[in-house]
Amino acid sequence: MTKIASTIIELTVQNHPGVMSHITGLFSRRAFNLEGILCGCIGKGTQSRMFLLVENNGRIQQIIKQLEKLYDVIDVTLREDYDHTLFKRLHEFIK
Amino acid sequence: MKYTGAEIIIKLLEREGIDIVSGIPGGANLPLYNALYKSKIQHILARHEQGAGFIAHGIARATGKTAVCFATSGPGATNLLTVIADAKLDSIPIIAITGQVPSSFIGTDAFQEVDTYGMTLPITKHNFLVRDARELLYIIPEAFKIAASGRPGPVVIDVPKDVQCQAIEFDQWPDRQKEEDPEEINLSGIKHIAGMINESKRPLLYIGGGIVNSKAHKLLYKLAKRNSIPVTSTLMGLGCFPSGDSLSLGMPGMHGACYTNFILNDVDLLLAFGVRFDDRATGNVKKFCPQAKIVHIDIDRSEIDKIKKSNFSVTGDIGLALKQIMPFINSDRRGDWIRKIEKIKEEHPFLREKNSDFLHPINLIRTISNLVKPDTIITTDVGQHQMWVAQAYPFQYPRTLLTSGGLGTMGFGLPAAIGAALVNPDKRIVCISGDGSFLMNIQELATLADLNLNITTIIMNNGHLGLIRQQQELFYEKNYIAAKFISNPDFAAIARNFGIRSYDLEGMENPMAVLSESLTKPGSCVVNAPIHYAENVCPIVPPGAANYEMIGGEKND
Repeated sequence: MTKIASTIIELTVQNHPGVMSHITGLFSRRAFNLEGILCGCIGKGTQSRMFLLVENNGRIQQIIKQLEKLYDVIDVTLREDYDHTLFKRLHEFIK
Repeated sequence: MKYTGAEIIIKLLEREGIDIVSGIPGGANLPLYNALYKSKIQHILARHEQGAGFIAHGIARATGKTAVCFATSGPGATNLLTVIADAKLDSIPIIAITGQVPSSFIGTDAFQEVDTYGMTLPITKHNFLVRDARELLYIIPEAFKIAASGRPGPVVIDVPKDVQCQAIEFDQWPDRQKEEDPEEINLSGIKHIAGMINESKRPLLYIGGGIVNSKAHKLLYKLAKRNSIPVTSTLMGLGCFPSGDSLSLGMPGMHGACYTNFILNDVDLLLAFGVRFDDRATGNVKKFCPQAKIVHIDIDRSEIDKIKKSNFSVTGDIGLALKQIMPFINSDRRGDWIRKIEKIKEEHPFLREKNSDFLHPINLIRTISNLVKPDTIITTDVGQHQMWVAQAYPFQYPRTLLTSGGLGTMGFGLPAAIGAALVNPDKRIVCISGDGSFLMNIQELATLADLNLNITTIIMNNGHLGLIRQQQELFYEKNYIAAKFISNPDFAAIARNFGIRSYDLEGMENPMAVLSESLTKPGSCVVNAPIHYAENVCPIVPPGAANYEMIGGEKND
């Protein structure tokens, strides 16, 4: 089986309880794979930045369009320029 | 000035122009009802929250305006879930305001506590859990904006009881939020689409609910007529193009018009306007319109290329797009294409009259349509009767068919008819139902009796879950299970005991006179119409098959 390369989606979102549920809920109900999440507050704490590690397959454009529709999502960027070493190191840490 | 959260909600609903709210009170939304006591808003007390929710659907679907329903926490909120999911799939603007246990009780498994926010998250356009009464000044106008902007949808606002009671000081009421304007459509794209239309040999308009929502039916008619483009409509789009027109091809798909399912094979340009390539319309999507280039216009960007890759697409309001396209469209009679279509229509006729039985479903629906005005609003439940209505009723205007399309909720018809009747006091509303569906929200007969609205409910009674029986006959070796009801109630007697006039066409010598009276005499009534249990909806596309592989669409010899 060939391993499908992963890529990173960078999100800027409103920071309030429930945002994470909106994001992860979208991935589960639309049967998109989500391999990792990194999240933290930015600025004065009213917004958060999220990095989503996702499979880079034919559905990525659909994922991005669905993310853009979420009310609390301010910005969506596909970061193909990022390498995944951060997530790799995290995965090692988790193991 | 000083108001409580509950008073703020009611005041802001008034300012949004809401004059009817349907709902049921309970412990966690009593402060809201106390504020409603002093308001001019008419409250419709349903007998089940799902009934209240579908009354809001009826209002929203008949008018295109956002409608509101109330429910309490716990079971009140869970009873609304089907309604909310239905609104999500059919893009209906409703706002559900639910009571929640007091903030300090949240997370303690308090009496009638459920996580309404968590449960409604995947079935709303957006949802709010209000943490402070001050937030309501922003959230209520924002909820109306979200529900109605772009592709409409449901919004849930969950309000803990203490927030409803919390009094706050503020200086002024917030302004109504303006709906977001649709995106500008770039002219080069418009010209490109017009060019594709003008150059095509065998174009087809495949239209849906987007035409209803953007009020684009007149522009659609102009486009189709100027360039002689036949029109096929999804269930959600029925009524947008007059069914009697020579260019009308009815519905495609699972129970669509036989000839239309064949015509799809020859199309060289598919104009997918305000549609989402639902599986019931496309059949096996790989074999849907195999020769066609696809132009997709939809207001929801995520619908573009979701199911079927388009050759050219525009994200935007279909009404605006059509308005801009029209000046570039050539007048064309398309003699060859129209002749070809007429030939396919002759070869694969649809709804052939087999008998003159008054109670044959197709005959019954046609008779009903002859007895009422062309702009009469028809609501349906879900099942065989719904498909027969979609196939045989001659819809002429948008918003005259109110039906649960995407979610397919049995029990939709009666409460939706009540909602439609409330906002159309001068019209007769006809709810065409089945005996299976009708029992799913029969308690709303009590709500109807309260209001005595001009609603005729006609129950096509076959003593079965007919579409289940049909599928077991065709696809499950006639292993009939759980499709036939062991007992079947006397619907006329039930209606009478709710205080509603009723008729039973069983064994009637002159059923026409009875049906005619039921559709014209003022007030509410229920009509039991027994139909043959073995009658199937034809054609039917088997699961996984292409539309042209339908059963019951065989060539006419």
